Amino acid sequence: MTYEELLTETALANEQVIVMTAENRALVRNLPGILGKRFIDTGITEQTMIGAAAGLALRGRIPVVHALAAFLTMRAFEFVRTDLGIPKLPVKLSGFIPGLLSDGNGPTHQAIEDISIMRGIPNVTVFAPADEDDLVKMLPQIWSSAHPAYTRINTRKTWYDHEPFVLGKAEVIAEGCDVTILTYGLLFEQALIAADMLREEGLSVGLINMRSLKPVDEQAILQACAQSSLVVTLEDHFITGGLYSIVAEVLLKNQTTAKVLPIALNNKWFRPALLPDVLQHEGFTGKQIAERILGYQTVHHQPEILTPEFSE
Amino acid sequence: MKHNTPNINEEELTAIALNVREHIIRMSTDGGCFTGASLSAVDLIVYLYTRFLNINKDNLDHPDRDYLFLSKGHDVPALYGTFAELGLLDKDRLKNHLSLNDHIYWHPNTHIPGIEFHSGSLGHLPSVAIGVALDLKISGGNNKVVCILGDGELNEGTCWEAVLVANAYKLDNLIFVVDRNQFQANVRTEDLIPLEPLADKFRAFGAAVKRIDGHNFIDLHHAFSAYPFEEGKLNVVIADTVRGKGLPSIEERADRWFCNFTADEIDQLLLELYGDQNTLLTSETLVVR
Repeated sequence: MTYEELLTETALANEQVIVMTAENRALVRNLPGILGKRFIDTGITEQTMIGAAAGLALRGRIPVVHALAAFLTMRAFEFVRTDLGIPKLPVKLSGFIPGLLSDGNGPTHQAIEDISIMRGIPNVTVFAPADEDDLVKMLPQIWSSAHPAYTRINTRKTWYDHEPFVLGKAEVIAEGCDVTILTYGLLFEQALIAADMLREEGLSVGLINMRSLKPVDEQAILQACAQSSLVVTLEDHFITGGLYSIVAEVLLKNQTTAKVLPIALNNKWFRPALLPDVLQHEGFTGKQIAERILGYQTVHHQPEILTPEFSE
Repeated sequence: MKHNTPNINEEELTAIALNVREHIIRMSTDGGCFTGASLSAVDLIVYLYTRFLNINKDNLDHPDRDYLFLSKGHDVPALYGTFAELGLLDKDRLKNHLSLNDHIYWHPNTHIPGIEFHSGSLGHLPSVAIGVALDLKISGGNNKVVCILGDGELNEGTCWEAVLVANAYKLDNLIFVVDRNQFQANVRTEDLIPLEPLADKFRAFGAAVKRIDGHNFIDLHHAFSAYPFEEGKLNVVIADTVRGKGLPSIEERADRWFCNFTADEIDQLLLELYGDQNTLLTSETLVVR
């Protein structure tokens, strides 16, 4: 099932669902004809769209709102915080082309601080599916929850068949005592490859699809840290405020420590190109991830993560 | 303009508005409030709640009630005072202004029954009001949706986005009311970000506009009685008002946006409010935030 099919089915089953967009129709091309007045395109007005979604939610509607993740979370940030977060209105934000999925667009379109800023808003929940199968398994619970929610939309297809979603729970793919990789979003694919390569090197490798970043599965994190000699946080997000920060917070809150290797965008925007080339250039292919982990295992210090400049 | 004078009982409205002004003055101490800012909106707010909007203490949660969104949050003392006069809010609670034991503070919040949405950050509620008006168009309700904006607030680009979107969706059930007191927070609007010709600007964006004296109940009544002004267009009322209206010693003064008076000054201002012009305060005696 695709995102659009799920949304269509949901909206047809529930009259209260309203589909909105700030003139980003890639995910919802067929919906104007199907939903009529329940499809609202406010034009290129992310802020006004969020305010209007709040007004619709005041009347009992459940708006599912679409825009590019960068503009939905940043241009409209204060509207999300003030109009949705403060009154806790069940508006569902679908952020399109987040993280590395914005491959060729350049830094203006890169939503790589979105997890950080959205999870900083009280009442707002945050989700990051590994692929389209994960996405459509997650959304029914997210859309029916009473909270405003931000979902990092990822409609890439992979071969992986995910477990049913439980809000606030991570999906434990494998357990291992040498290394556990914690990840979310499209890097899940690369993590599967990396895990296999590490196993070929004789390591016992765990892998966890975090999925629900707020609320987060603290037990899964603590268990991985207790079980494995090394925990890797892998994310297409700035190193600050995302999964690495979440793990640090969980460890400190529980007064415990772990050896953690962060693999993330280290304080820089990524070099625009086609996605496979971006992955390669930024060191996010499965092979590069495996090599970084092996390097860390061998030399026992944190390697240089990325070239530190955004150069032409 | 000549009108046939409607029977709206101006005396009653004037009496209510005077009481609301007294409430505002009494809140302008022990921490103070946005005295000058809110006094300009008193007549407007009193008129809307008593003669135009279907909002009362018995229907606050009823889906068929009308909606008022106070985007210009600094006007909230006028709202508290009006609610107290109309029985939506216990008058004794006004004494809890800025107390942790109540929710009566400098910006609107939904802990006060009758306040539809919190505000304070400017340029937000035009879009929230659009969402409600949109739902009424989809659901078929006849409710009116009013959003009060400050003229300084019109600096915010989202106000103008909202006018475009409201017209695109033909929201003639929505009325933006601009409390046009000619002041930003600290300076005159025309000295900082000039707005005139304001009515032309709204018209150019597709709205149907009426410009009136925001302290004249007959003018207010004529304007709002014409709702909806034009089918399929956002209604805009530009209400020309005076900052600090009712208190000559603070009227039209940039530095009387927020006031925190001493108890003695409050007594003097109340005398001034009720017509004793011998008690005008000089600027030196006022304590301003």
